[in-house]
Amino acid sequence: MKSNIISMENISTVTIDYRQYLSTVEVAEIEHEVSIMETREAAGIEALKIIQEHRGWVSDESLYAIADLLNMPEAELEGVATFYNLIYRQAVGQFVIHLCDSVACHLTGYEQIYQTIKSHLGIEYGQTTDDGKFTFLSNVCLGGCDKAPSMMIGKQHYQSLTPENVVEILGDLAKQESKHD
Amino acid sequence: MTEAMRPLTHLVNLKSPLSLSDYMSEGGYQGASKALHEYSPKQVLDLVSDSGLKGRGGAGFPTGMKWSCVPMFDDNDDNAPEFKYLVANADEMEPGTFKDRYLLEGVPHQLVESMIIGAYTMVANRGYIFLRGEYHLAAQRLQQAIDEAYQNNWLGKNIQGTQFSFDLYVHTSAGRYICGEETALINALEGRRAIPRAKPPFPQMSGLFGKPTVVNNVETLSNLPHILKHGTAWFKALSPDSDSGTKIYAACGRVKTPGLWELPMGTTIREILYQHAGGMADGLKLRGLLPGGASTDFLLPEHLDTPMDFDSISKAGSRLGTGGLIVLDDKSCPVAMVLNLIKFFAQESCGWCTPCRDGTPWAVEVLTRIENGTGRKEDLDTLHNLCDFMWLGKTHCALAPGAVEPLKSALRYFLDDFEQHIDHGCCSYKQNTAQKTKLKGHCHG
Repeated sequence: MKSNIISMENISTVTIDYRQYLSTVEVAEIEHEVSIMETREAAGIEALKIIQEHRGWVSDESLYAIADLLNMPEAELEGVATFYNLIYRQAVGQFVIHLCDSVACHLTGYEQIYQTIKSHLGIEYGQTTDDGKFTFLSNVCLGGCDKAPSMMIGKQHYQSLTPENVVEILGDLAKQESKHD
Repeated sequence: MTEAMRPLTHLVNLKSPLSLSDYMSEGGYQGASKALHEYSPKQVLDLVSDSGLKGRGGAGFPTGMKWSCVPMFDDNDDNAPEFKYLVANADEMEPGTFKDRYLLEGVPHQLVESMIIGAYTMVANRGYIFLRGEYHLAAQRLQQAIDEAYQNNWLGKNIQGTQFSFDLYVHTSAGRYICGEETALINALEGRRAIPRAKPPFPQMSGLFGKPTVVNNVETLSNLPHILKHGTAWFKALSPDSDSGTKIYAACGRVKTPGLWELPMGTTIREILYQHAGGMADGLKLRGLLPGGASTDFLLPEHLDTPMDFDSISKAGSRLGTGGLIVLDDKSCPVAMVLNLIKFFAQESCGWCTPCRDGTPWAVEVLTRIENGTGRKEDLDTLHNLCDFMWLGKTHCALAPGAVEPLKSALRYFLDDFEQHIDHGCCSYKQNTAQKTKLKGHCHG
C-alpha cells in the first residue's frame, strides 16, 4: 500500500543568498535592528518592514533573503509575516488606503465612506486599481476616534472624513506621479 | 497651576512638541533627576507603591506591586542577567482609545523621562517603546526625543554622572491588537507571532529573551515624573475620593464634542459625557455606552453618576478599561454595533486557543444573520452559550472574554432589539437609510 505521508524529498525549499538579493542599504538597516536585540530573528518584523519600505511589499524572494540574512527558517518568517496586518505579502498599489472599520467610525459614518471609496475607485477591499495607483484595505481602530471616520494612506492619517472630502483626497493623490516613474 | 491639575497633559503640544531644552525649562527631567540623585531604586519603588498608582492600560493592577516582583541583584552577583528590560506598551489598539497617541505625539520627552525613572527603579539597562505601526508621527517624534536625550546624557552610559546606564529603543509593530497583551507583546518583540504566553512564569521573572521584564502602559509610566517631583500626598490628593491621580478620559461616537480630557480619577460618567463632551449630538438620545474601550460591558443612562474608577465601574457591572467612552445613541442599532465589535475581536484573535479562534467568528456569523433579518429564535441561545464558552478560565488569554463583555451585556440590556430583528426579519434602524427600499417585512421604524 502506498503511503500518503509526504517525505521531505518531495518538499521543494528555496533558499536565496541575501547577498545577491538585498541592497547594502537594506542589509545595513536590518543589521542595525539586529544590533539592538539579543537574537537575530528578533529583528524579523523590522526587517520585513524595512524591505517593504524600500520595495513596496514583501515578495517570496525578499522573504527568503531576509530569512537567510537572519539565519532562520523561511517557514518561520513566513508565519510571522502572515500574522501581522501591516506586512503586505502581495504587490500593492502606489497608495495603500487603510480605512478604519472599528466601532467609533462605524457609529459616525464609516459605511458611507466605504461605499464612496469603493465606487470612486471601482475596487473592493483587498484589490488594487488597474492603473496600480490604489490598494484598498480595512484597518482596525486607527486611534482617531474623536475625529472619526478616519483612514490612513501611506503614513498619513486623514480624519473627519466625508464622502466629499474623501473623493478630493483620492483625486489629489491620483495626480501625484509614481515614485518609480 | 495647570501642572498641579493636569500633570500628564499640561505640556502637550500636538503641532510641535517641546524640544528637550524647552521641556526642561518647563520642569521636565526634574523627576528623573530627583530619582537618580536623591533616591535609591528601592526608595523610588516604595514611593510608587505608596502613591497608589494603578495600571492605566485596562487591568488596573498596582504598579508598585508589579515592579516589586522584579528580582534585584548586587553589583557583583554572578547570577545577575546581562539585561533587564522595561517596555512601554504603546500598542494602543483598543477601539475607542486614543489617549496614548495624544501623549506620544504631544509630549514625547515625558515618556522618555518616565522610562528612565522606571528603569532606574528596577535597575533595567535596556528599554523598548513598543509602538503600534500605524502611529507614524509618534514614531518620528519619539525617535527625535530619544536622540536628544542621548545627546544630553539622559540616555546611554552613566546617566547624568551616576552609575546608572540605560539604552532606549523604539520598536514599531506590524499591527495586531493582541500585541497589547504583555506576553504577546514580548513574543512580538522577539520577532515571533504575537501569541500570549502561559503565566507563570511572569514577565518580571522571565520575560523578554527570558530576562526579567516589566511592561507598563504609556499613561501609567507618564505619571512617574510627577509623583517624583510632587510626592505621593499630592498625587493622592488629585482624586481624594477615588484611586490616586488623574485619568485621561475620552468620549467618541455621536456626541457633540468628541475628545479627551485629563480629569481627577473618579470623575463621573455624567460629567465626562455632558460637561466635557457636550452631551449627545443634536436630535439624539443616550442609549448606552462602553466605559473603557471595546472590551468592556455596556452601561446604561442609569449608571451616569458612577465615578469612572476601577472599583466603581466594576461594581456597576463593567470595567474602567482605558477610560474611553464609546457612546451608543438611540438612532444607531445596538445589534450592528455589537456585530462591529465582535468582528474586530474575531479578526484580531491570534488563533491559539479554540474557544477564541472558533467562538468569535461563530458569534459574528450569528450576529450577522440577526442583523440582516434572517436570525432565528435559537440564535439567542447560541449567543448566550458562546458567551459562556469564551469566558474567563476557558481561554488562553483575556481577548475572548473581552469580546464577551459587550456581547453579553448587550444581550441583557438591548434584548428587545435582538428579538425585534428576529421577529420582524429586519433591522428597524435601517429604515432611515438608503437601504429602506431593499427591506422586506414589518419594520416600520
